[in-house]
Amino acid sequence: MAKNGSVDRRDFLKSAAVTGAALVGGAAGVGAQATPQVPAAVAPASAPVAPRETDPSLEADIVTTDRPGGDFMVDVLKALNLEYVAANPGSSFRGIHESIINYGNNTAPEFITCCHEESSVAMAHAYSKIEGKPMAVLVHGTVGLQHASMAIYNAYCDRVPLIVLAGNTLDATMRRPGVEWAHSVQDAAAMVRDYIKWDDLPWSLPHFAESTVRAYKIAMTPPMMPVMIVLDGGLQEDPISEEVKPRLRIPKLTLTAPPQGDAGAVAETARLLVNAQNPVIIADRLARTPAGMTHLVELAELLQAPVIDQGGRMNFPSQHPLNMSNGGRALLANADVVLGLELTDFWGTVDSFRDSLVRSSRPLTKPGTKLVSITAGDLYMKGNYQDFQRYPEVDIAMAADSEATLPSLIEAVKRAMTADRKTAFEARGKKLAEQHANALDRTRSDAAYAWDASPVSTARLTAELYNVIKNEDWSLVSASGNTSNWERRLWKFDKPYQWAGGSGGAGVGYGAPAAVGGALANKKHGRISVAIQGDGDFMYAPGVWWTAAHHKIPLLAVMHNNRAYHQEVMHVQRMGNRHNRGVTRAHIGTTLEDPFINYAQIVKGMGVYSEGPISNPNEVGPAIKRALDVVKKGEPALVDVVTQPR
Amino acid sequence: MKNQFLFTFAFGWALAVVFAWGIAVASAAQQQTATAQQQNAPAGNAANGRKLFVSFGCYQCHGYEAQGGAAGPRLAPRPIAYAQFMKYVRHPTNEMPPFTEKIVKDSELTDIHAFLRAQPVPPDVDKIPLLK
Repeated sequence: MAKNGSVDRRDFLKSAAVTGAALVGGAAGVGAQATPQVPAAVAPASAPVAPRETDPSLEADIVTTDRPGGDFMVDVLKALNLEYVAANPGSSFRGIHESIINYGNNTAPEFITCCHEESSVAMAHAYSKIEGKPMAVLVHGTVGLQHASMAIYNAYCDRVPLIVLAGNTLDATMRRPGVEWAHSVQDAAAMVRDYIKWDDLPWSLPHFAESTVRAYKIAMTPPMMPVMIVLDGGLQEDPISEEVKPRLRIPKLTLTAPPQGDAGAVAETARLLVNAQNPVIIADRLARTPAGMTHLVELAELLQAPVIDQGGRMNFPSQHPLNMSNGGRALLANADVVLGLELTDFWGTVDSFRDSLVRSSRPLTKPGTKLVSITAGDLYMKGNYQDFQRYPEVDIAMAADSEATLPSLIEAVKRAMTADRKTAFEARGKKLAEQHANALDRTRSDAAYAWDASPVSTARLTAELYNVIKNEDWSLVSASGNTSNWERRLWKFDKPYQWAGGSGGAGVGYGAPAAVGGALANKKHGRISVAIQGDGDFMYAPGVWWTAAHHKIPLLAVMHNNRAYHQEVMHVQRMGNRHNRGVTRAHIGTTLEDPFINYAQIVKGMGVYSEGPISNPNEVGPAIKRALDVVKKGEPALVDVVTQPR
Repeated sequence: MKNQFLFTFAFGWALAVVFAWGIAVASAAQQQTATAQQQNAPAGNAANGRKLFVSFGCYQCHGYEAQGGAAGPRLAPRPIAYAQFMKYVRHPTNEMPPFTEKIVKDSELTDIHAFLRAQPVPPDVDKIPLLK
């Protein structure tokens, strides 16, 4: 039972179990039993139900509390060093909301006001990849989580940790009539359980502490993924009972050491790599910390082997002589060993697939090529959502974290190396360096095509942006809309925070909030966050630009405004031609025209500096420079550029 | 965009794969052959070809100036030889969707080929400071 006048809904339930038979009469009587100071009023079942506020029998003497449960929840969030919690406000978490801003002094975590839950989650998603630790998100009961669900799926596919805190009101007799019922649910996590790693519904504050610490630990264990804790409204709002107070403690957090590959498999992989004539290393979501890139560079240089960086993370310096990311097919055709590190799609990496009337595929590697996979993805897989891709037929499969396995692989390679092989490696490295230099020259030549065109070429757009930021401490936090990968081909990426990969699940609407979330992570480091923003992506939840303005998050974004959902234009074109009806109506339902959208005006209305739309390529660079001056003052800015499709 | 395969295809290392067709114009020997064959190409109407290049949606993958991109290779100013061009458009062997005679007339393809040939050579990359 609750003591000293406090109301604990869990204690109430205990008492209800004991005295249930006497309390069946009505809801009013049940509520009264929870508070000893208030006389019980057992009403007949047929009694009219009046609002509790007007029932004098239910008026309690104690109407305030100095120590609600939400305060302790904030203690837990602080203990986990969560810097921010992003949310669109919702009454199902009003208790912890108030505790964060008052009891917690709105610091660590700081409440980041968002205009859509999808933005909240995508911000946390990108923040995590830049900062290397989770950010929290608060979502409203039912509807807020529904809004958040696509972004949670993106983070799940992208193997990114974040902590979703979802409001709910479990005790039906304590729900306010009307909306609170619509925003309550028996099993809140059920809706997203297919694409989160773990969830819990804490039944007490000690339970909350233990489960939230556990959730953090699970989220940060490779393969990293979102986790969810459901916050009961009563637990947040009601006083911490005297009975519970002695049990309040926050468990120690000890992160799980990431799983390493089996020693025998590592040794065999090293033997294959050392003896290979043409090994190829491919990395996707490898580098979860800065050490990932360091290890990959060491392995590649040791073997003088080419690296294809698929870009899920900042895995390998873009202009390293062994970076052969643009030479994929030729490398694979000659490869005798392929080492895949955290590949999202190993099968799709070593096979081609033709999307024609008769779909077909064929291997890109020659028969006998040894395929080695190291991925934590093999440790945790679910069946409903199919992001796991086609089954890859590999020769060695290590269910392990690649970054954690690389040090032992490097040591095994060193042990297996001979002087002869080292000489061969050096010769191979010289050839690869030459190929890399030639490829970079070709890329620059390719970028010159359509240099002066209007709409502006995507090569020109990215070159103009890089020219303005290249001498800054920059971080490309988001690139949506597909610029033919020019930034990855032309820019010199060599720092872990300069690239944060993509959305994971290809759910459109990630780009804009990811840019703001990545910029939020970069803010305290003083980096210049830049983004290339697709127009279709922007329109999903443009309100995140208000969040950037409100919280003074420095972000320099250029719009890749091709005035279409361009990928879908091409899909409809493909169908039109395949069905022999032509492409002249492919714009219907796929383009953003009539009227064109003025993105500069949209963000200006939210207090953001902006320029555009710009169609003259010669005006792009100066506009970006002016925008950078604004960003350096600690504010966001956007330059809208009308561009070629890709 | 929501298609995971095409997403990966478009954004990942497979960028190079979709340029496979463009490799047809890569080697010097092939270019010489192509140049000789271009001389046998019908003149066509380049101005009309530019309009058709847009109306038939060619620009969606290849860019308004046929400069190429992630979704389609560069076509101009040195397209593959006219005869190959006419054959490939009807029966593509890679990711390009087929354009049958019902969709595009031979005369229209001739104009498009003329447009591709008429595109200007890009500026010397060494004279573009941003690309140095």
